[in-house]
Amino acid sequence: MQHDIFRQRRNQRLIFFGVLIALTYGSMVLTAFDPVAGLAAIPRAFIWGASSFIPDEAAMRRLPRILQRLQETVLVSISSATVASALGLVVAVLGANTTRPHPWFSIPTRAIASIFRNVDVSVWALVLLFSFGQSGYTGFFALFFVTFGFIVRVMIETIDEVGTEPVEALRASGASYMATISQSVIPACLPQLISWVLYMIETNIRSATLIGILTGTGIGFAFDLYFKSFNYGAAGLVVFVIVITVLLIEALSNTIRRSIL
Amino acid sequence: MTTNTRPVAQRIRVRPRNKANLIIQATLIGLLLLTLYHLATFDSRGISPIEGIAKTLESFRTLFFEPRLKNVSLGEMLYALSITVAMGLLTTIFGALIAFFLALGAARNLAPRWLNNLITGGTAFIRAVPTVLWVLFFAVAAGLGSVAAVVGMTFHSVGYLIKAYAESFEELDAGVLEALRASGASWWQTIFQAVVPTSASALLSWTFVRFEINFSTAIAMGAVAGAGGIGFDMFMASTFYLDLRELGAFTYAVLIFAIALEWFATRLKGGLGARV
Repeated sequence: MQHDIFRQRRNQRLIFFGVLIALTYGSMVLTAFDPVAGLAAIPRAFIWGASSFIPDEAAMRRLPRILQRLQETVLVSISSATVASALGLVVAVLGANTTRPHPWFSIPTRAIASIFRNVDVSVWALVLLFSFGQSGYTGFFALFFVTFGFIVRVMIETIDEVGTEPVEALRASGASYMATISQSVIPACLPQLISWVLYMIETNIRSATLIGILTGTGIGFAFDLYFKSFNYGAAGLVVFVIVITVLLIEALSNTIRRSIL
Repeated sequence: MTTNTRPVAQRIRVRPRNKANLIIQATLIGLLLLTLYHLATFDSRGISPIEGIAKTLESFRTLFFEPRLKNVSLGEMLYALSITVAMGLLTTIFGALIAFFLALGAARNLAPRWLNNLITGGTAFIRAVPTVLWVLFFAVAAGLGSVAAVVGMTFHSVGYLIKAYAESFEELDAGVLEALRASGASWWQTIFQAVVPTSASALLSWTFVRFEINFSTAIAMGAVAGAGGIGFDMFMASTFYLDLRELGAFTYAVLIFAIALEWFATRLKGGLGARV
């Protein structure tokens, strides 16, 4: 008997790793990825980076400009996340099983949220380039869409998790719909909502860098500009500034999360 | 994760609650002020938001209701999509393999403290650099293309998965580890007989979540960093051919795939009972 169990386990493991190797090999063929070149690129990139990515004097003189670009990116990440979360909360209240005004609201809100979050932020940016061109709005709305879709999904889950009993209790006591939402559902969900908003701000800063390269705004544009004009010292400074900012924001949101959750 | 030092028993109900409320209010006001400041100083480059929103709605109509292919055939589009999927898959598999071993060193219950701090600090740095910058960084050594994209995306995946895996490992019951150690099991035996079987479902969920992320990232890298695949076709449709209807067809392709992934991930989480 024991013998069989071990053999079964070994067979399962063999199948698992066999499938994994097949998938890996197939993917390497499709993407034309050369593992030797890939491995060789890592030390070469770091040696090169250590020699030329160190910010020099000329790069430091650009620091005020870079910080201005950074401020643009941080602000757009915060404002898009905040506006999207406020709107997302309203839509989540309409869509959640516990609080929806009518069962018909459920499917449309979920479908819209699903479309908004499942189309990648870079794709939204490519679509918005048609209507907003290379302006700040393109990045703002691209981040807004993705955040909105995400917040609606997680807040529907949160409302259904924490809201059921308080809502029933308040309804039974004769409270109106608006009173139920504002006195019970929103206060109960607020800590979770803030935690998710902070998470989306962190994510948005990284996405905003990417969109900046596409739309010529913010810190992404600064990096692209220096990188493509071979001004690697300044590009290194941009990376350095982004890392510091992301780590600071992460630390701040972790502190906030710890005190509210 | 962190132990809250609690005040005297009577105060438990009153004080922390107030402090939490205060911080919630302060955070909300802070976010609101920053948002208002940003909207007031918006870099609009002469574009009116109302007009832009009207044009966006018009774009959405074209995008979602009149999609069609023109410069590429259906087969070519599916081939491009499969390249993007393969790139997401490859970076997830590489990332998971590397992250698994490093996460063993990052878990507080499995490795010495100095190693924990070293790996955790390193991964915090790796995660703080946006993926696109990693890809462009490696592109200098390997040239723009799939090699730089795969290496760069793998780097970021490793950073993400180490954190996720290490947290899953740390949830393991300390008694189990102690029992195995007391019975004389070697470190690797502890890992493969206790740690891996217990956390397998959580590891699988996290890896799948990362696959979803890597699929989206692969689209973006195709558009921005010359990684090919459907992202590149979308970039061309948008900025070169200015063809919203073709962009719509591509959007449907990635949307359907992403929704299928999300559906599968939800099933996976539900079926395995893992917490993500």
